Amino acid sequence: MSCCGPATLALAAAPAGAEGGPSREEIVLASHRIGEGLWQTDLSVPAVHCGACMRTVENALGRIDGVEGARVNLSTRRVSVRWREVADPSAFVPTLAAIGYPAHLDDPAADERDETLSSLVRALAVAGFGAMNIMLMSVAVWSGAEAGARDLFHLISAAIALPTIAYSGRVFFSSAWNALSHGRTNMDVPISIGILIAFGMSLYDTLNSGAHAYFDAAVSLIFFLLIGRTLDHVMRERARTAVKGLARFAARGAHVVHGDGRQEYLPLAEIAPGMTLMVAAGERIPVDGEIIAGQSDIDCSLVNGESLPREAGPGTAVEAGTLNLTGPVTMRARAAAKDSFLAEMVRLMEAAEGGRSRYRRLADRAASLYAPFVHAAALVTFIGWMLVGGGWHQSLTVAVAVLIITCPCALALAVPMVQVVAARRLFEAGIMVKDGGALERITEVDTVVFDKTGTLTLGALALTNTGNIAPADLAVAAAIAAHSRHPHARAIAAAAQDRVRLAPVFDSVGEHPGLGLEATAGGHVYRLGRAAWALSDTSGITGTVLSRNGRLIAGFSFADRLRPGAQQAVRALQAEGLRIVLLSGDRSDEVLRLAAELGIDECAGDLVPGDKVAALAALAAEGRKVLMVGDGLNDAPALAAAHASMAPATAADIGRNAADFVFLRDGLEAVPAALGLSRAAQVLTRQNLALALIYNAIALPFAVLGFVTPLLAAIAMSSSSVIVVANALRLGRADGGTREPGRRAARMSEAHA
Amino acid sequence: MSDFFYLIPLSLGLGFVGLAVFLWSLRGGQYEDLDGAAERVLDDEDAPILPQRRTVPGQG
Repeated sequence: MSCCGPATLALAAAPAGAEGGPSREEIVLASHRIGEGLWQTDLSVPAVHCGACMRTVENALGRIDGVEGARVNLSTRRVSVRWREVADPSAFVPTLAAIGYPAHLDDPAADERDETLSSLVRALAVAGFGAMNIMLMSVAVWSGAEAGARDLFHLISAAIALPTIAYSGRVFFSSAWNALSHGRTNMDVPISIGILIAFGMSLYDTLNSGAHAYFDAAVSLIFFLLIGRTLDHVMRERARTAVKGLARFAARGAHVVHGDGRQEYLPLAEIAPGMTLMVAAGERIPVDGEIIAGQSDIDCSLVNGESLPREAGPGTAVEAGTLNLTGPVTMRARAAAKDSFLAEMVRLMEAAEGGRSRYRRLADRAASLYAPFVHAAALVTFIGWMLVGGGWHQSLTVAVAVLIITCPCALALAVPMVQVVAARRLFEAGIMVKDGGALERITEVDTVVFDKTGTLTLGALALTNTGNIAPADLAVAAAIAAHSRHPHARAIAAAAQDRVRLAPVFDSVGEHPGLGLEATAGGHVYRLGRAAWALSDTSGITGTVLSRNGRLIAGFSFADRLRPGAQQAVRALQAEGLRIVLLSGDRSDEVLRLAAELGIDECAGDLVPGDKVAALAALAAEGRKVLMVGDGLNDAPALAAAHASMAPATAADIGRNAADFVFLRDGLEAVPAALGLSRAAQVLTRQNLALALIYNAIALPFAVLGFVTPLLAAIAMSSSSVIVVANALRLGRADGGTREPGRRAARMSEAHA
Repeated sequence: MSDFFYLIPLSLGLGFVGLAVFLWSLRGGQYEDLDGAAERVLDDEDAPILPQRRTVPGQG
């Protein structure tokens, strides 16, 4: 199948001997027992996107010894593997990687099905059943059933409506009660009151052989509103699972060495200060601590934004979440996980979350004005009719008609429908949005703050002087470099992938953590690494070099690569008159260089996480609404503090959870794209609100004057809902250029490779 | 017209059956993976809807 091409390419591009996948202990920790010696493990496989992929993945996993079966869920891009205790679960991830599907452990979720969604769908099904049957009865009544038959039909309608409202209406009743008991109102308050009064009044009329009953209106109101509610939930849930399915960047546990030399893999929560931990090359540091043995390089880019790895040896302090690159180290835990650097970030985040929680969604703001108005109109109608001598029964009937006709059916659909459509369009462009409020907040933004490493840049180094190095030398360097995880080595290997065959066959290759790689071939000793280590005569040469028998062959220089589209994104935002600021934890000279390259005037480097939050607070104090775009652990508090926030899929777990938008593709065009689409959505939202208002302005006088019958109410209600839904769907057609689901999945897999 | 009133409980009953079948299929997890189901229908092998239901002995 042609759509599977990119996945196989991703395999070819993966550096040889890269990630080995999680250890058996880590997998067991993330799995759950389903009885009879069977275990279930959930893996997230973002590259799965067609029927052929599903079969390939299921068959490959099924062939592993001890695996009972594997089942792919294409909607969530997950595979759940069931295996007996004899199986080796650490083989799962490498097996999938070998056939071109990078996978990572997912949290066990098979049993925590989406209960809210099922209850919403059940309520929707019951409401649909009730609405259709009552509507059939009502059509009979409207077409002129004689009094006896009419009363019978009304009675049957009441018998269907009562359980339907009791069951399906709970969604609104509980939400309305919750708002009222906190002294607020929301959209659900007028809805609930309208439904209950309409039902009560109709029941009374039915028992007294009245001519009009509003059972159909009450139940179809619930049905329409539940459709909007369910779609809204599906949208948020889809974004949530998509974000949850991304790779974790925090350790789940660690190998603890006990006093008697015994080793044990303990979950993170059980690690106490003073314990001795083993961290293999390629693993994340689980808690804050100090290295007591071993040499390595530590990649801090995700934690503090430094683009170059740090050397680490005995005595070096290391922070939780940093990546141990080159050699195994033994460390002593200094703090428990809950007191580590990560926890400090969480504390900062909680302190920072202020402006956003104060934000009230447009629909709720509209409801807080609208609800009192509707109730007042109904009350005034009732009093008015009483005064002109309509009698309490007729007055109440007209008041109920007013409540039904103005009940914010269109209003409650107007906003969610647009947001659902907008979220879907963003999803197709590879951007996840957490909730509708985020779509509204991002439109108010007038300042964009970028992080540097991992956001404006890819956070991965690239070789910059390829042109100055002889191809044969580069091939030797690449062949050696393929054996290491060090960012410099990876950059060299990536630069000369297609030339590796020119390289000699090595007798041995070894890595010296913190120094470099050493290889022997045909009696020569090649060294690739720090100049001071690789060269016998280091006069004036620094940086990374390749040497043969202590003599310089080539020097390498590196730079962090710009994210594709970074330049265009910054220009597009500037063209819209937005103020752009660059805040980074990296060295100031690096930050200045990048800012100049991108044409950003305001920048600051060497910032600690607290400084970023303070900078955002200062902007907020100027009355600025800030969109924060960042990826690191150190950005997480700033992401939480900003008015709206975005993070790439490669961001630290906690940053991703704090961000309103997560973009899955490499390109930074996502930022102006999200902004543009949200603005278009905002325009449509306002249009829809205006439409709903116009409808009410026309219908209300008729209702107040008592001209509205149940038939008219049903027609008016449905047609206004259809109009706002149709208007919302226009957003889907605004531009149709970027629909390419197959390539979306391929890019997702690239992002993780 | 009252001769046809027996149709009312009949139609309501049929509606109830439809509702019950829908709720049953919802509980059975048939809507868990709609995208996957769309692809699996093209697959020749007969795989069960939920992995848990599988009871074929001795086959991996």
